[in-house]
Amino acid sequence: MADLKHNDEFLIEEVKFADVMEDGFHDHHHGDKYQSNFITHYIFSQDHKMIAKQFLITGMFWGVIGGLMSLVFRLQLGFPEASLAWLKPILGKWIVVSDGVGTLDPQFYYALVTMHGTILVFFVLTAGLSGTFSNLLIPLQLGARDMASPLLNMLSYWFFFLAGAIMFASLFLSTGPFSGGWTAYPPLSGLPQASSGSGAGMTMWILSLVFFVVSVLLGGINYITTVLNLRTKGMSLWRMPLTIWAFFITAILGLLSFPVLVSGLFLVMCDRELGTSFFLNEIFVGGQALEQVGGSPILYQHLFWFLGHPEVYIIILPAMGLVSEVLAVNSRKPIFGYQAMVLSILAIAFLSFIVWAHHMFMAGVNPFISNIFVIFTLIIAVPSAVKVFNWIATLYGGNIRFNPGMLFAIGFVSLFISGGLTGIFLGNSAIDIPMHDTYFVVAHFHIVMGVAAFFGMFAGVYHWFPKMYGRFMNDTLGKIHFWGTMIGAYAVFWPMHYLGMAGVPRRYYSFTTFDFSSQFAETNQFITIAAIITFGFQIIFIVNFFYSIFYGKKQTTRNPYGATTLEWTTPINAGHGNWPGGIPAVHRGAYDYGKGGREYIPQIEPVSDEEKLFDEEHAH
Amino acid sequence: MAHDHDTLIEEEVAMQDDSWSGGKPPMKASYGKLMMWYFLLSDAFTFAGFLIAYGALRFSSPTWPIPDSVFSTAPFGIHEYFPGGHAPLIFVTFMSFLLIISSVTMVRAVQEGHRENQGGVSFWMLLTILGGLGFLGCQAWEWSNLIAVEHMTVTKNPFGTHTIAGQYLHPDGTLSDDTFDGGDGYLMHLAGAGHHGHGEEDHSHGSYDGEYSLTVDMKDGKMDEYVDFPGYRINKEGYILKKFKAIEGENEGQVMSEQMGPKAFGALFFFITGFHGFHVFSGVVFLLIIMVNVMSGLYAERKNGYEMVEKIGLYWHFVDLVWVFVFLVFYLL
Repeated sequence: MADLKHNDEFLIEEVKFADVMEDGFHDHHHGDKYQSNFITHYIFSQDHKMIAKQFLITGMFWGVIGGLMSLVFRLQLGFPEASLAWLKPILGKWIVVSDGVGTLDPQFYYALVTMHGTILVFFVLTAGLSGTFSNLLIPLQLGARDMASPLLNMLSYWFFFLAGAIMFASLFLSTGPFSGGWTAYPPLSGLPQASSGSGAGMTMWILSLVFFVVSVLLGGINYITTVLNLRTKGMSLWRMPLTIWAFFITAILGLLSFPVLVSGLFLVMCDRELGTSFFLNEIFVGGQALEQVGGSPILYQHLFWFLGHPEVYIIILPAMGLVSEVLAVNSRKPIFGYQAMVLSILAIAFLSFIVWAHHMFMAGVNPFISNIFVIFTLIIAVPSAVKVFNWIATLYGGNIRFNPGMLFAIGFVSLFISGGLTGIFLGNSAIDIPMHDTYFVVAHFHIVMGVAAFFGMFAGVYHWFPKMYGRFMNDTLGKIHFWGTMIGAYAVFWPMHYLGMAGVPRRYYSFTTFDFSSQFAETNQFITIAAIITFGFQIIFIVNFFYSIFYGKKQTTRNPYGATTLEWTTPINAGHGNWPGGIPAVHRGAYDYGKGGREYIPQIEPVSDEEKLFDEEHAH
Repeated sequence: MAHDHDTLIEEEVAMQDDSWSGGKPPMKASYGKLMMWYFLLSDAFTFAGFLIAYGALRFSSPTWPIPDSVFSTAPFGIHEYFPGGHAPLIFVTFMSFLLIISSVTMVRAVQEGHRENQGGVSFWMLLTILGGLGFLGCQAWEWSNLIAVEHMTVTKNPFGTHTIAGQYLHPDGTLSDDTFDGGDGYLMHLAGAGHHGHGEEDHSHGSYDGEYSLTVDMKDGKMDEYVDFPGYRINKEGYILKKFKAIEGENEGQVMSEQMGPKAFGALFFFITGFHGFHVFSGVVFLLIIMVNVMSGLYAERKNGYEMVEKIGLYWHFVDLVWVFVFLVFYLL
């Protein structure tokens, strides 16, 4: 109801579509039966746009929790001597105070590192990123009323919510949340008695992750089906925006890799609860040999990384898609090499399934097998480089608008290059031997898939905020947020490369007791201070986000960026069903910028006779 | 002229048939069927994960139980009528047959659905449900036989395999004339369990329960160490490990004892067949719900060729297909 009122007030342009696809949809001016009250509109909503917002805001909540966790353990690493007694009101017994000096419980340090990884990888950068933008953009950019199954789509969010609720509750266990690393390798995950977090903490971790996978599958099945079946008239696969290609392939990756994680988790669960030994072999606890023999912890690593590696592409591909779109729109140029961009997404997706063992070079994998994985790993650099060069070529000679979305998109390219190059180091098994499990690895993956994916997400949020809320976010605050985050992220992660090259291992509680690492005390202090400041800049974003929902500059035209894609043809604050009347039909690809002397030509505009002539003359 | 005109029309038709150009579902596949396919694809990867775990653990184990000797019993003493009291794979063949046949009846149900024949759909779905229930019943018997009679659990596997040829000792330590070859399977019995009416004369299954059973004083079913006897020993879980004289290999002439089989066998068997059985059970539940809907006339109103029946049919065939692989790895290889 409220949304529709907005429509009437701000519908300034009347848009006439050249061609529409009639699908018997009736626009109800009093809301539809699925959105008739507060609960069905805002909570158990089946509208993909509302579900997108739910994913985004839940993801932001988890982002804050995960970020704050990293600050706590960064304080420990940067200032190991300082008293953390002031955190006692929040962390309670995990801060041990003696003589007025509060220290972080080492067990809880591991729990923080584990939860930081789990939360950021799964809840923020998978659900918060892919969940948000797949939901928002797939129906809007394809010209669909909603997802193929709005009901499953709603369930996808609520399974994610349930997963989050279980994980959140595990933070408050008296034995602490799971503390064996986000990869949950056995035996720390397979034996409840292995550490305090391995008991109830791990049980809840598994439960949470299983529900999370259900959410990913429900979402992914929906995304794939919608992309294949619900494209509007004329929207052939090769006319889809790169965002859709990215979400489509991401969903396929999730569909094929997450089930294998579930296999591994079910088997771990049996090891824990039924005494089987799928992953356990010849373990001594307190000098006593356990009964479990014959299992293979390496087997778990294979099952885990068969998900784990595609997972990093599940995180980064949507960011790549968003960045491609934002770069093209704000450079006022067609994306350079559209088909190459699509093919490189496909190539990356395919290769991502046959490189998982590069996470296991030091786990006792046959060196000959390692060689094969090295080769495939390094080949991924090729499609990745294709994408980077195409982004740069898109920017080249463009009429660039430096709005916050665009700044973050450019920042993404920078981070992806910096982080990608260190990936070539680590992909070589010979170089990985000294580098593995050091801060070099931490620096690599934080830049290339952590911060870079966040930049893709920020680019998307700033760019499509009007599509979500009918208002703009504040530009100035956005630019401050960008520069603070850009400089801050490099300040945090760049020095970690030097720590790693010196052999400083990751996941250690304290470095002051070793000579070779204690020389980095000041570097660690610098990193911690940079991390705190960078986190501070994220608060600017959150304030900007929520302030702009209510008080941001109103969107007054349907297509504020002069973009070609379909989402900008809907009314501002579109209701459920997206387009009143028929759905616009599509007549051209998504990147007709600067063609024939016109700044942009929307996808809904039929190809004119002059254009046909022009195209024929320039055909190869 | 006529020819040109025809070509034009053909082109137009070709354009319209290009179902990938948007505005209609490619190849007329409904979204529901597509979703079922994608779900099954992901489920296939879950099963693949389990079967890969099976392969990894099996091939890292020095021995593996012989299916022909593990699965050689049948209910109602039917195996007694087979040579040597063994009915290798007979029972599992029957239960697999039930499941496969239930796929055939499912196909008939879908076919009647396309003909919009409500009665036919219900009839063939009922047969499918009976097939599924029959399979589950067989699995229940198989599991209870393995657990209660043969004492296999997720952590203990009494099915071993000889790696060398040998000659068993009598319980009193004297040499018997009972010999075996490398590769023969054996089943260890639980001391004091008594195995009446099952394989009493069956040498390769180890059958001296009567003689062994009363010799050990069990404390809560568990003992701290092996208890040694002249012709056998009993491990701390209470299984009787018979001694034998090796008649080949580097230990030729020495007296050795049977070992418990690889633990992974029991764990993998119960987990994977259990996971599959859970799929069959869910399938039966969904089939029941959908059959009730069919009989209520719900799908007849939709006039879409009983698509819901077709969707559950896809699931049912998938469960059948998975069984083929499970059957392959546990019963044939």
